[in-house]
Order: sequence, then C-alpha cells, then structure tokens
Amino acid sequence: MEYKLADFKTQVHNDWCAGCGDFGILNAIQMSLYELEIPPHQAAIFSGIGCSGKTPHFINTFGIHTLHGRVLPFAQGAKLANPNLKILAVGGDGDGLGIGSGHFVNSGRRNIDITYIIYNNGVYGLTKGQASPTLKLGMKTKSLPQPNVNDSINPIALACISGFTYIARGYSYDIKHLKEVIKKGIEHSGLSFIDVLQPCPTYNDINTKEWYQSFTLDENNPSIKIPKIYKLEEEGYNGVVDNDEEPSDKIIKAIEKSKEWENRIPVGVFYENKNTPTYEERLQSRINNYKEYPPALQTIKDENGNPNINIDRLIDELRTK
Amino acid sequence: MVISRESISWVIGGPQGSGVDSASHIFLKSIAMSGLNVFGKREYHSNIKGEHSYFSVRFSNQIVRSPVDDIDILVTFDAETIVRHSPFVLKGGIMIYDPDVIGKKIEDINTLDESSEKRISDILKSKSKEFSLAGIIEELKERKVILVELPYTKLINKFSEQIQDHTLSKLARITNVMSLAASLAVLDFDILLMEQGILDTFANKPKIAELNVKAANYTYSYVKEKFGAIPEKFSFVTKIHNEVNGSSIIAQGNQTSPLGKMVAGCRFQTYYPITPATDDSEYLESNQILDQKDKNNGSVAVIQTEDEIAAITMAIGAALTGVRACTTTSGPGFSLMAEALGWAGINEVPLLVSLYQRAGPSTGLPTRQEQGDLLFAINAGHGELPRIVYSSGDIEESFYDTIRVFNYADIFQTPVIHMLDKYLSNSIITCSPFEYKNLKIERGKILEGKSIDIKQQGFSDHFKRFKLSDDPISLRVPLGTENGIFWNTGDEHDEMGHITEDPETRISMMEKRLSKLELIQSRIPEEEQITIEFENNASDNVKKLMVIVSWGSTKGAILDSLEKITEADDTTQFLYLQIKLLNPFPARLLEDIVSNKIEKLNTIDKSSSSIETIVTIIEMNYLSQLDVLLKQNTTLRSDHNILKYNGRPMSHTEIYNSLINIINNQSERRVILKNGV
Repeated sequence: MEYKLADFKTQVHNDWCAGCGDFGILNAIQMSLYELEIPPHQAAIFSGIGCSGKTPHFINTFGIHTLHGRVLPFAQGAKLANPNLKILAVGGDGDGLGIGSGHFVNSGRRNIDITYIIYNNGVYGLTKGQASPTLKLGMKTKSLPQPNVNDSINPIALACISGFTYIARGYSYDIKHLKEVIKKGIEHSGLSFIDVLQPCPTYNDINTKEWYQSFTLDENNPSIKIPKIYKLEEEGYNGVVDNDEEPSDKIIKAIEKSKEWENRIPVGVFYENKNTPTYEERLQSRINNYKEYPPALQTIKDENGNPNINIDRLIDELRTK
Repeated sequence: MVISRESISWVIGGPQGSGVDSASHIFLKSIAMSGLNVFGKREYHSNIKGEHSYFSVRFSNQIVRSPVDDIDILVTFDAETIVRHSPFVLKGGIMIYDPDVIGKKIEDINTLDESSEKRISDILKSKSKEFSLAGIIEELKERKVILVELPYTKLINKFSEQIQDHTLSKLARITNVMSLAASLAVLDFDILLMEQGILDTFANKPKIAELNVKAANYTYSYVKEKFGAIPEKFSFVTKIHNEVNGSSIIAQGNQTSPLGKMVAGCRFQTYYPITPATDDSEYLESNQILDQKDKNNGSVAVIQTEDEIAAITMAIGAALTGVRACTTTSGPGFSLMAEALGWAGINEVPLLVSLYQRAGPSTGLPTRQEQGDLLFAINAGHGELPRIVYSSGDIEESFYDTIRVFNYADIFQTPVIHMLDKYLSNSIITCSPFEYKNLKIERGKILEGKSIDIKQQGFSDHFKRFKLSDDPISLRVPLGTENGIFWNTGDEHDEMGHITEDPETRISMMEKRLSKLELIQSRIPEEEQITIEFENNASDNVKKLMVIVSWGSTKGAILDSLEKITEADDTTQFLYLQIKLLNPFPARLLEDIVSNKIEKLNTIDKSSSSIETIVTIIEMNYLSQLDVLLKQNTTLRSDHNILKYNGRPMSHTEIYNSLINIINNQSERRVILKNGV
C-alpha cells in the first residue's frame, strides 16, 4: 500500500502558539516518515512532557506521550521488546537535558536503534518560560525575573561523550534541511540524536527567529553577509567515521564544532559512527534468535492456554534426589 | 521454652566472605537428599567482607516452614559467632569451634554489636564467669553443651601433608567444608550424601569439588574418632533416612518467582541493582534461554537500567508491544517508580512490579526483613488509579502467584504489585516440584495477530483503545498492529487516547478505570483473595475463637506455631486467614468468613454462654498496616497485634509464645517481638 503525506497527519487540533518552531519539526518528522515509506503502523513516536510532548497526537503513527524526562527509557523498552518497530523519541531541552539527563547519558551507552529529537528553545515554555538547561549563563529572557544563574549544557558535546552514534543539528525553520537530517537519523542503525534549534516566540525573546536568521558582515568586505546558521557539509566538514579511522578523533572534532555559537552556528551532521554494535546486536550475540523471535513476538501459551515452556531442566537442578 | 524436638536447628556463622554460604548450601543439599524437610534462612550485613553473617537451617521428618531461636548445633568459624550465637545453644546441644579463637578478647571484636555484647556479658555475670571466650566455654560446659573442637589450622596442615598439596592459600578456603563435615559427623550422617552435596555445590569446578570431598572425609573421620557417641536426640536423622518417599525440590525465594515468570510468559524484565531484589533478575538472566514445548527457544531480555525510573518506564514501553513485562525492585527503588506507576494506571498498561520488601524507611536496614511497604504499595503515586496489590506467603506459593499476577495484569489491564520480601528471597525450603504444565495463561482482551479488522471489532472508522462500553476493560492491541494505531498520554484522554480536559469525558474515564476495582473483586476467585490456612477441629466445649489474620511471609512461622499449639489445646478454635489480595481489599469476604465461623460455632455450642472471639493480627511492621486496612475497610477490630520491626524475621519460637500468652489472657494488646541476632 502506498501512503500519502496526509496519512501521517491526524485531525487533532494543534494548540501550539502561532509562529512556534515546533510546527517545522512536526512537518519535518511527518515528511521524513512519508519519504522513507515507513507504514504508519510500524512506527511509534514517544514524547516527553511540555509543548513538544504533544507531537505524537498530531502524527498518525502509534503515539506514546510519556512522563517528564522519561521518554528515552519508555522508547528503548518498546524497541528492545520489538526491534521491528521504527521508534522515534521527541522532547524538549528541559525534558531531555534537565530532568531526563541521566537517561540521555545512559542511552548513549546502549546505542539502541532509535532516533531522539530535542526541541531546543532554551526555555520551559509550557510552565511559562523558566530557564532551561540550554539557556546561556547570564541571559535574561523576558519571562525571567533575573538573568540565568546556571551555565548551559552543550547537547551535541554531551551526546558525543555519551556514545550516541549519529549526532546532528537542525533548525526548525529550515524544514527541508531538517527533514534530511532526521531521515539520516532514522536510517542510521544505532542511537541518533538531533538537536533542533527551535525559537519559542512567546518566552524566548533572545534566540528568536530573527536572531537565528541574522547575518554578520565580513570584516574585510562589508558587502558580504555571513549568515549566523551555516551547514557543516557546505563548509567541508565530514563527521562520518571511516572504517579505518579512530572514532575518538572525530568525536573531538565534533565537540570542537559544537562550541561554535553566537555569530556562527553550525547545523548538519556533527558525527556518525556506523561501526559501534547496537544493543540489539549485543543481545543477539547472547540470544541467537533475538531479532527474529523478540520478546513481543514470542508464543507464550499453547492452543489450550497452557504455558508454552518447559522448565523441567531447571526444576531438575533443584531436585533433592 | 523448648519446642519442636522432632526438628533440629543448625546454625553456621562467620565473617562475610568466609564461606558460610557454600557450607550451608552443601549442608542443606545433603540433608535434603536424605529425604528430610529443610527450612533455611540467610542473615547478612550490608557489607562485602568481614561483618558477621549466618545461615540457620531447621530440618525435620515433618514439614518445617520457619526458623526457631534455639540452636541444636552451632558451627562457628570465629570468636564473634561464638559470642553472638552460643547463648541460644540448647542444653545437650553441640558447638563446633576453633580452639585457636579462644584467646581473642571479646572487646577486640570490633564488628560485634552492642546488643550481642550486652547479652553475653549479662549471662557471664549471672553465672559468675569471666568476660572472655574462655568464660563462655566454661558456661557452655556447665549447661552440658557438647563442645567439638576443630583446630582448623592444625587440621589443614595435616590434611595438606596427607594429600601432598602445600598451597595453603587454596586450602584455607576449605575450613567451611571442614566445619560442615564435622556437623554431619556428629549426626552420624550418611557420608555418601555429604559427598554428593559437595559435588552438587561445586558442579562446575571438578578439581575444587574433589579437594573438598577429600577434606570433608578427612574431617568427618577425625570428628568421628574423637567424638564417637552422638546424642540420642539426633538419631532420628539417620533413622529417617530413606523412609521419606517421593521426590522434592529445594528452592530459594529468589529462584521461585523468576521460575514463575518464565512459565507465565514474562519475556522482558528490567532492574536496577538493589538488595534483595536483584537475585531474581540474576537468576532470570542466567537462565534467559528458554526451552519451549514446540522445541523452539524462547528468551527473556533482562535489562539493567540506569535507575529505577528507567527500569519501570522501560518495562512499560515493552508492555505496550504486547510482551508480558516486569520490573523487580525493593523499597527505595519502588519509591522512585511511583510516578510511572500512575502512567501505567491511566493508560491501562498491564505491568508487574515484583516488590521485594526490606526494612525502611530510606536505606533502612538494606539486608533485613520488614513488611513495611504495604500501605505504600497501595497508595504509591498521585491521583487515583486501580492497582492490584497481591502478596505471597511462602516460597512455594510465590511460584504459582507469579503466574496469577501476570494473568491479573492482563485481564484487568492495570499494574500489579507483587509483594515479596527479603526473608522469602533469602530463605530456602524443600517442597514439591512445581506442577506448571496445566496452569492457565489468561491474557484478557488483547488482540493477537498482525492486524485488526476495525469493522468486525465494532469500530466505525478508527480503533479506539479506550472505547467506553459496559465493560471497563477495552480491547488492547500491541504497538505495530496494522489498523490498530492508538495514542497514550499521561494526561487525561479520550477514547482514542488523545489529550482532553473535557469534564464529561473525565468522568467517563475515571469511572472506566476505577470501576475496575469492583471488577477485580468480583472476578478474582475468593480462594485467591483470602486463604484459610488453618482451622483445627476443636472439641465441643470450645470457649474461644482465635482469629489470626496475616499477610505475606509470616505465614510459615504462624502455621508451625498453630500446629504445635493445637496438639495440646483443643479448647480454642483457631481460624487463621491469610490476606493475599490486599488491594482492592476483600473486606466483605473477610467479614463473611469470620461471621460464618462464629455462627457455625454458636450453632454447635448449645450452652448459653457465647464464644469469645479474639482477633490477632501478625505482621512485620510498627504501625500494623494490615490493621489499618482492617479498620479502614471492615467492621472487624483487632484485640492483639503481634508486631516486629528489628529487621529479623519472626521465629516459630516467638509466635508460639505470643499466641500462648494471648490464649492464657496474659498478653498486652501490642506484642512487640524482639528476637534475632
């Protein structure tokens, strides 16, 4: 059966603010699924809490809107129980890097084949604009009573040292580019992380659409406008680990790149390593039919409703005679 | 007081890491192989090496379900074990000890706790003995305790000469097998069974097994030569041998629940390391490849997570794919799971939490027993959700209950908390092999198959996961089902699973979920909710009805005590009820059982005076949490509460004594038990 883009949309009323960056991400996800020809029922989108958490309700795939900060373990549990599913996880920067940061780091250690997208806008929007873990130190958005007293997390660098095997960034108003970054993430076999710069028009009056889309003038030639956001691949950066290459060299380069901010903000693929075994492959090495006969697809009872298992061997081990 | 002379109580103690566990394993296995029944329990500190640990075993020609405080045979490796446990050795009992430790000063044992030091000091003072190990030995001699000296170092040296192996570092580890062989020698126990017990324990290490067998035989003969005549009262052990027919198994609590999970079809379990719950997951992971009846291999994915929040949420994520999923934890971990439990409740996800209780609050006594989490299990999480709280009374039951609780989770599409505890987890019993082949797996309303026929299932255009109808349980499909797309959210939701704040829908959904509580009570068979564990045939002139109510693992000690009491007393009618379903609480059923019993007794008893009813609640916590539930839900009022919260399980000895006091009208309302080392 062929699917149309419309098949990936629901009729649920979308209550995000006008001009919210989330719309671009939602569109990019729907387009990615459509273009990759993933049947809607074979995908499940998990989300955390906040404005971004509502995403699954607008997408016609299985949609699991979980708890604040816990999207990754929910999503990983589903993937490990049924590795045939395409699993996406989405959430805000507060959700994933504040309350959920432990899961972020530990997911990297597993490298389960799911794609995680953070809607990064520097604020907790749904609770009216408190500072999130990605807001820079000393910034005072209009909703803050005082400038931000905490330093910020660098999500790309954190993903690099946590073990994510596909690390990229997109910008929510460049849907075409974002869509390609997401598609690559979905196609990547392993844990993908996509940091999406996403202006919150209501509470973040610093990192606005205008700010992201502004230019600086070349010092030597003021007639040349240098855009703030640039694409890594257009400037000769290649974050993909080749077969004969040390992943750590590429990780260090990706971290260096991730520090660029203010006047020049890179988007695109920072790092990709296809050589790290996924958690599913690690399980497969212990359970040789894991992928073809995963937990969710096992037959646990016979036609009479009795257990489809024989534990006589284990009971024999306990016998006294 | 001395009870149960037909059973023998054996205790082995020493510093953690000294081999107490393997020695007790060999002992248990050897004894069980002779056809005797055993009950064993392990006590240990939250420590890796050095602190005192011990294993106590009770064995008998009859069923034994609990420990006693008295000791018939005490096996010691060090001075501390002598100080802590020798006061409990009975007259005519035996203590096996290393004479080299007698020089140790009691005040130099820095792992000794104050209560043990005070106990021995008081005894020695009252007997006018010196405060020293020599004083203890003298006191034991006076009490006619048989002292078996086992000079480990000397024996090891002689043994190593005999076998021409001088690698003493390796041989130092054989002290445990020597002590065990000495215990079996004083029982005149079958030496071949001892050898088999050793071979079984070191099944994967043939060389070590061989060495241990030799050392055991060496020690056995040494002790036999020196201490020829065994006490008459132990002779039943050799007489019984081979009298008991039929095969039985010897199983630990931390094996039986995971075995139940395999049978139930649990194929996904998560955990974060915590005592005493982790053993369950380790057993499951060690045996994760499963033999199926259809000759395929099944498997259980056992996932260690970064914390308990990840553990429960990962299990929920897995459950959404249709697999039977479980997370296993103890109090501190369960505290972290409370929020996610609510998510599973509002989204009607079948989920099992195996809750191995330990003494709280906070870190509490991490390796010790308590039943302190009952009210928490019932109330954990904000808001109102239907959940089942179900408890197992013993190790054997925990196997069968595990299959039940998975069925409940599926049938009622809601989280189930299976209450277990440290005592069950770390105890070991002989019981009948599990009859599992005819057990039923009931998955409730779940669609099995790759796609759903929307029209056939009565949906107009789209599958509705939370369809409102007369039945609060709606059809569930696994993630990945064609035409079965649904949504879940922790927010209140509509039939599709989308967020709603509509007041009418809210009412419908609250009623859909919470009416499950009534459904649960009406659909779970009564005998699975409350079990009548004991009822004696009292004489016609019965004067008292003693109703005992408990939940969980105090069952064994209560049953052992009631059997003993009713051997001598037939003027008291006992009715012992075990509440297995703790939420929703089977209030009416409990009231009916008790009132029917009273009515029945009054009909039999034609005399004018009516029968006095005494209600006693027995549980391991301070507040008497079961009593709180009784007051909250029923008209029954307790007369006595037998409680304990020192971290040590209730013994047969102390429950027996407490019940006798109640019968004789010599008991306080609240009876606080304090025994245990």
